[in-house]
Amino acid sequence: MAETKYMESHEYIRLDGDVGVVGISKYAQEQLGDVVFVELPETGKTVSKGDEAAVVESVKAASEVYAPVSGEIVEANSELEANPGLVNEDPEGKAWFMKIKLSDKGELDTLMDADAYDKFVEEQG
Amino acid sequence: MSMNRGGRPTSAQGGGTADHPTFTGNKALQIEEPLLFEVGDVSKTGVDLPEPPEGESRLGGFERQDIGLPGLTEPETMRHYVRLSQKNFAIDAGIYPLGSCTMKHNARLNEKMARLPGFGDIHPLQPESTVQGALELMHTLAAWLLEMTGMAGVALSPKAGAHGEFCGMAAIKAAQLAKGDARSVVLVPESAHGTNPATAALLGYSVRDIPAREDGTVSPDAVREVIGPDVAGIMLTNPNTCGLFERDIVAIADAVHEAGAYFYCDGANFNAIVGKARPGDLGVDCMHINLHKTFSTPHGGGGPGSGPVVFSKALATHAPVPYVVQDGDTYALVETAEAAKGEEPFGRQTAFHGQMGMFVRALSYMMSHGSDGMRQASEDAVLNANYIRGGLRDVMTQPFGDQVCMHEVLFDDTFLKNTGVTTLDFAKAMIDEGFHPMTMYFPLVVHGAMLIEPTESESKASLDQFIATLRDLTRAAKEGDTDRFTGAPYHAPLARLDETRAARQPILRWSPERPAEAAE
Repeated sequence: MAETKYMESHEYIRLDGDVGVVGISKYAQEQLGDVVFVELPETGKTVSKGDEAAVVESVKAASEVYAPVSGEIVEANSELEANPGLVNEDPEGKAWFMKIKLSDKGELDTLMDADAYDKFVEEQG
Repeated sequence: MSMNRGGRPTSAQGGGTADHPTFTGNKALQIEEPLLFEVGDVSKTGVDLPEPPEGESRLGGFERQDIGLPGLTEPETMRHYVRLSQKNFAIDAGIYPLGSCTMKHNARLNEKMARLPGFGDIHPLQPESTVQGALELMHTLAAWLLEMTGMAGVALSPKAGAHGEFCGMAAIKAAQLAKGDARSVVLVPESAHGTNPATAALLGYSVRDIPAREDGTVSPDAVREVIGPDVAGIMLTNPNTCGLFERDIVAIADAVHEAGAYFYCDGANFNAIVGKARPGDLGVDCMHINLHKTFSTPHGGGGPGSGPVVFSKALATHAPVPYVVQDGDTYALVETAEAAKGEEPFGRQTAFHGQMGMFVRALSYMMSHGSDGMRQASEDAVLNANYIRGGLRDVMTQPFGDQVCMHEVLFDDTFLKNTGVTTLDFAKAMIDEGFHPMTMYFPLVVHGAMLIEPTESESKASLDQFIATLRDLTRAAKEGDTDRFTGAPYHAPLARLDETRAARQPILRWSPERPAEAAE
């Protein structure tokens, strides 16, 4: 499986060919608590790294999900709209939010790998 | 199902709404109530007024037009609102265990007092000489509040908790500005009510979090670590929102004062300590008091709330106008900063004098209970919460260990782990069992929080029934009876609502062309 990279705002991206699968990390899901709502981007939309790309709302808070890379949204996981609880069950698997066709793979180098992210989360306490 | 000889069910469990749909959609005498616009008709009216005589219009050329308001007869109007009210749940209908809300009984005596014409039928613009009794009542209420809190000054006018928070923090800001000591940060513990950081932000402060320690309380060391010359004050709730008494509150107050900051106490949970501890003795500089919680004035459904604020000597001079002063047998209102001789009020927060009706009810509660009665109310509130804790601690889980709580007991969702049932599901299943849920998912620091505040109003029998039901539900969740939860409520007038979408895509306007289901 391709390497998963993380943002400090707790999004992950896993490369699959030219396309990155994007979602929120297991840690983010735990912090949010029970997720009750997900708003997804339209396919075909172009985003830049750091843009608000989706919204996730839990029983505690509403948060933006930022695009970890620039590119075109090629698919959104509509299953999350019907079953937002999936984000709690399998955040880094079935509960991916969107697939982005990367316009610059070099951007991936600016993100953390799993070890660095784990350490980052630990420091956050 | 057992049947009698006529083939009719003989037990209450007989039948079931889903098996026996009605023609009308009504369930027995629970009416499926349409909207007011659907009941009414523009051709009808509840009152007959004579046609106005012909005359010159002074409407600047505007023509009279229909605006499509529904016309209803008086009985139609009455029935509409009574039917809606029957779908509502209230403290008068059963235990209302919302933590941090203090849904206690609203004594009828209070209502009787509030309806006395000398209190109920007066207007805030009447001459002072005609409302001396009402002013005396406000003055007396202020004295009781000062006595109970050990403080030096009080502002009665704030209209509820968050309004009171703003009042207290505005006084702190005024005091520091008066000293030429402008500060930019307010400390707020992680377990605080959301209104605390919101209040600080509204006054232009930035907020610095204080983490809770293992046992759910704030440590003076944690305060010392983040406090500095830029800190205006701290906003601390005691007892805190985890239902725990901040036992180091005096040391925290010392740390705050040493840094030249002030101590705002969120008094939402004052009902646990009335007659037991005085905030003034604990080093508090100002605190709001929710009359609609601690002093039993109506709460929910618009209340209205009432949130007087008490001040220490250091801050009292900055308390807002208006306030009542006594001169011999005469009472007068100080309405403006200029009239407040020798004082430096930060301004005024309300058009008039505050929630007069709530002042009457609160003082009625105080005088009918007396000091011993109010102390017992605090003790019974704490006893009841601990009785629930004792009845559930072996089947539910407490986030900070099994320690004695104050007026409310906090559970987390560890006991629901791997059951497929969430705190939300659990709360919805309580509705089916005839119980209003507890506060859910608050405080935010606790995962899947369930905060239960029974108040002193509940009898042992009522608490036993509540405990037994929660024990039944926890057993069902652990035994895998998940349908009972995930589809709940099954027996409420409406099934589970999409609360998130209702907030995100609200349908705020009714129009006759479009069925209500079609969202914008």
